[in-house]
Amino acid sequence: MNSNDLWIVFTAIAVALICALPGCFLVLRRMAMVGDAISHAVLPGIVIAYLLSGSRNTMYILPGAAAAGMLVTVLIEWLQKRLRVQSDASIGLVYTLLFAIGVILVTAFTAQTDLDQECVLYGEIAYVPFDMMSIVDGGFSAPRQLWIASGLLTVLIIVITLGYRGLYLSTFDPGYATAIGISVVFWHYILMSMVSLAAVVSFESVGAVLVVALLTGPPAIASLFAKRLPLMLLLACVFGVLACVFGYLIASFLNASISGSIAVVIGVLYAFSLVIKKIFF
Amino acid sequence: MKEVKSSSVEVHNLTVIYHRKPVLWNIDFQLPEGKLIGIMGPNGAGKSTLMKAILGLVPLNSGYAKIYDQDLKDVRSRVSYIPQRQTVDWDFPATVKDVVMMGRYQHRGLFGRITAKDKEIVDEALEQVAMQSFKNRQIAQLSGGQQQRVFLARALAQQADLYLLDEPFVGVDASTEESIVSMLRSLRDQGKTLIVVHHDLHTARDYFDWIVLLNASLIGVGPLDEIFTDEKLRTTYSGKLTVLSQVGDRLREKNFPVREK
Ligand SMILES: Nc1ncnc2c1ncn2[C@@H]1O[C@H](COP(=O)(O)OP(=O)(O)OP(=O)(O)O)[C@@H](O)[C@H]1O
Ligand SMILES: [Mg+2]
Repeated sequence: MNSNDLWIVFTAIAVALICALPGCFLVLRRMAMVGDAISHAVLPGIVIAYLLSGSRNTMYILPGAAAAGMLVTVLIEWLQKRLRVQSDASIGLVYTLLFAIGVILVTAFTAQTDLDQECVLYGEIAYVPFDMMSIVDGGFSAPRQLWIASGLLTVLIIVITLGYRGLYLSTFDPGYATAIGISVVFWHYILMSMVSLAAVVSFESVGAVLVVALLTGPPAIASLFAKRLPLMLLLACVFGVLACVFGYLIASFLNASISGSIAVVIGVLYAFSLVIKKIFF
Repeated sequence: MKEVKSSSVEVHNLTVIYHRKPVLWNIDFQLPEGKLIGIMGPNGAGKSTLMKAILGLVPLNSGYAKIYDQDLKDVRSRVSYIPQRQTVDWDFPATVKDVVMMGRYQHRGLFGRITAKDKEIVDEALEQVAMQSFKNRQIAQLSGGQQQRVFLARALAQQADLYLLDEPFVGVDASTEESIVSMLRSLRDQGKTLIVVHHDLHTARDYFDWIVLLNASLIGVGPLDEIFTDEKLRTTYSGKLTVLSQVGDRLREKNFPVREK
């Protein structure tokens, strides 16, 4: 492995971690579909922010895409609560619509954007090492994506640690949470913001397909074995890391898509875990 | 309206409408302190909704609910709610102890440290519901009755004065039901108020001091003997039995011990 390989794996791992943490709460709320929706719907946000600002600078892209993520959450809620559309239908409606708008924008403005369908679906993690930066001039240099992902990871860890009880109780028993004065709506939006940010940051490096796999796969595997929530969070991270390492090895061995291989490893891990759980637990 | 000296719960003019369908209609009552109170009515009568309305969990279309003569937000710490067991996902990564500890969140807030005292209180609560030996077990691996007892322990750990229990006896075997009832009685004897949604008319007579009869609107409220009359029960349950009314009548004649009075 040369340093490029290492940067790619590190970036993948950072992305896996920022997805696994909020993903645990999504899976426990049986809202994996919403993660799917958000991870697709950030696309038009990214493209619009890009077209408006004319730059790929994350400073502009992040808020744009996060806004798109929140828009999905609000739209889905609105369809369900006000128009009483079934929950799966409303999710499907919202995200296909937004994703389609994103795809149209990408294809219509490909010349200006140097985004293309390929990178939308599969990301471009292989190019991560070619976009290095350091925080202070001449300081330690690492891929830009890795900096961003690590920054978000720090934020997520802080939010989940501080908001642990709120997230925990509003996920497990919203009725009781409200009765003792915890705002379930507030924590819902905190979670959705975390998912949106995770989706945006991951999207660029690993593409829409792997974002979904990372948001739901490792947490789903962890939930098979974890008896308590902290253990589930930890295990989800461990499985995310394993998937990245093995996915990368397979990809370099077969000279195949990195994010595709990681997604496959997650699937295989899940199947394998189901069997192990059946036999040993 | 029946006046009560010191009221635990007061509901005035309360109406809740879901999607243009009135679920609770103009409900007015006062409930006393220190009693075991049953809320009864057919399926869909709005019993759970009434509890949620009292707890501020559903938006009210009119009226208000007060607890100990105060707004709910000022007395939250004195109120504990035990939702219908089926409303939560028991496949959750939490142990029995974790769930009971949630009863202490109210006192510690979202950020306060869990103290040794909290752990003691949780242990005591588990002891009271005879779930000590299960405390490290994951809640997914409990029977329905054990889950119900965990919920009860969480409420006990909260050390409230008013308990609202939504169908605590569903899916619980006879001996567990008995032990829950005796626990509720001992809480009442300590001066706590317990409001329980209950379905079984046979046992209600035995369990409760007071009864609220509900079928979207309030049919009756008061001490058991005054309320548990054949006529009031008929009004409460008849609306639901339009097609089956005759069959229903038969069944009721056979089953209600009330009739023998
Ligand atoms: N979230 C909701 N949205 C729409 N309608 C609802 C909602 N919750 C309850 N309802 C309706 O309100 C009515 C009263 O429901 P509620 O759950 O309060 O009844 P209940 O007396 O507790 O019934 P059960 O004995 O079956 O528990 C029912 O007709 C139900 O369909
Ligand atoms: Mg109910």
